[in-house]
Amino acid sequence: MVVLVVYGVSVITFLLSRVIPGNPVMMWVGAKPRKEQIEWATKELGLDKPLVVQYLVYVKNLAKGDLGVSLRTKRNVSDDLSRCYAATFELVAVAMVLTFLVGIPMGIISATHKNSFVDHINRAVSISGVAMPIFWLGMLLQLILHGQLRLAPLQGRIGSEIIANHPIAMKTGFYLVDSLITGNWPALWSALSHILLPAITLSFASLAVITRISRSCMLEVLGEDYIQTSRAYGVSEKIINYKYALKNALIPTVTVIGLDMGLLLGGSFIVESIFDWPGLGRYAVLSIITKDFPGIMGTTVLYALVYVSVNLLVDFLYFFIDPRIKIPTAKN
Amino acid sequence: MRIFSPTRHKGKSKRFSYALFVLRKNPLFMFGLAVIFLMVLASLFPSYITPFPGDAQYEIHFEQKLKPPSLKHFFGTDHMGRDIFTRVVFGSRMSIKIALIVIFFSLAIGVPFGLVAGFFGGKIDEIIMRMSDMLLAFPPLLLPMAITAALGPSIMNMMIAIAISWFPWYVRLIRGQVLSLKEELYVESARSIGAGRTRIIMRHIFPNCISPVIVQASMDMGYAILTAASLSFIGLGARPPTVEWGLMVTTSRAHFLDFWWTSTFPGLAIFISVLGFNLVGDGLRDVLDPKLRA
Repeated sequence: MVVLVVYGVSVITFLLSRVIPGNPVMMWVGAKPRKEQIEWATKELGLDKPLVVQYLVYVKNLAKGDLGVSLRTKRNVSDDLSRCYAATFELVAVAMVLTFLVGIPMGIISATHKNSFVDHINRAVSISGVAMPIFWLGMLLQLILHGQLRLAPLQGRIGSEIIANHPIAMKTGFYLVDSLITGNWPALWSALSHILLPAITLSFASLAVITRISRSCMLEVLGEDYIQTSRAYGVSEKIINYKYALKNALIPTVTVIGLDMGLLLGGSFIVESIFDWPGLGRYAVLSIITKDFPGIMGTTVLYALVYVSVNLLVDFLYFFIDPRIKIPTAKN
Repeated sequence: MRIFSPTRHKGKSKRFSYALFVLRKNPLFMFGLAVIFLMVLASLFPSYITPFPGDAQYEIHFEQKLKPPSLKHFFGTDHMGRDIFTRVVFGSRMSIKIALIVIFFSLAIGVPFGLVAGFFGGKIDEIIMRMSDMLLAFPPLLLPMAITAALGPSIMNMMIAIAISWFPWYVRLIRGQVLSLKEELYVESARSIGAGRTRIIMRHIFPNCISPVIVQASMDMGYAILTAASLSFIGLGARPPTVEWGLMVTTSRAHFLDFWWTSTFPGLAIFISVLGFNLVGDGLRDVLDPKLRA
């Protein structure tokens, strides 16, 4: 079934790339081309063959990992993407950690202390979080925390003085990890302060969702019979909450990871544009603005594949966590 | 404490008037409703409530540029000297238009497909569901972005793109409802007295499907505005000098750090309007299906 979806994704992106107006040949050869140049470019880009053949070539290249050559940077799209993915991966990872580290406890506390101050704050965050335009939040954070208070840097992934004086040894491509394992403390500090605002901006919407879900799950579990029974037996409230209720409440929360990832991936375009974060999102936006269709299609395919894989992973995870669920066999 | 007394509503359906009563007592819902009402008013009669209606069209006053909020210009002026309050009010017209058109197309495509998929099942169901899955395989903002980029940046293309990306959600929603309603006793009895398929679908199944659709659609109107603003922010969608909130935020970005009002108020307008639709959707969900309440 996943294969079918991936196939569908490739068809959709292929069709999109062929719908784009603005002759790609003209974009490739530039201004005032000679006739021979146009013919050569058409053959080079494979556009003289019928559409079905073009699609098969596209799929074949896709399987090899060849995403074409970017019209904007004139490099292989796959090279460009491999350069950018580390930055996005780091940002999304930190945002995800933030979401779960802050969101789940907030939801739990909100459920156990219903209608308290924390609960009200929580509900305000849940309601406003999904309504908030990401770009607006990012710009406001930039304004307040950089413009007024000078607490966080404006943009970029690391400070320029770090690149000059304390360059990070590139082992994994993730600035936080690399500076940590090489003991490069000024670089670590700079990387942390630079990732702070983008991660907060990116995670805000998913934080709202996770908080709401974990709160409602926790409330649902706390109303169950076995919790009432434990209370009747005299088990302390604390043990009930954290030993019995929590584990069961977390199960549905896991299923939201897939949806969450979608929010984070979708938000990455905007957040990376605002904070000048050199990742896939910014690459995608630049490709769109410059009508670089191999770039656009390459990033679209990559994003879609990542999204599908994460959802698949979450489905598997779900089977392992919830002992009641069995993987459907041929019999059922 | 206000008590619900049905005697005041003799002649009307008790359930309906109880639903209205519950909604009226929900402060968040009323706030959301007020927001939507204001938006609709602003989009219908913008010239009457704004001090400088010309600023939303083509007038520019460079001598007044980048003035902070004051009694004369409630939200200040932008880099071309245009009154931001006026432009925000006029922008609501565009936002409401976008919300209505996107939701209309999503429903117009999604609901029939969902009904057909759920009711007929089998091969047709398989095909429709696989197509929906393919479209849903893309993370939220990506597909509208790619489609708009492919078709060319304009508001109409943006609306088409968002509708194409969203209708699968409605297909799924309706299909789920139809699947569970198909086994109901009244459907079986209708079939047994010889009711045709179309009649069964339109008269029995469809009316019972619409409550989650109403909830989802009202919240999606807000998200449509949000997505459209995000796309305009990137540069797809509305082009200058169209008055659209996302576009206003992005064109003011260069001056934003020194002149905070230029981007803050359009963004605030987006936020409040989406919030309004969300709160209304939540309120409707509480009334239509309290089991879904979070």
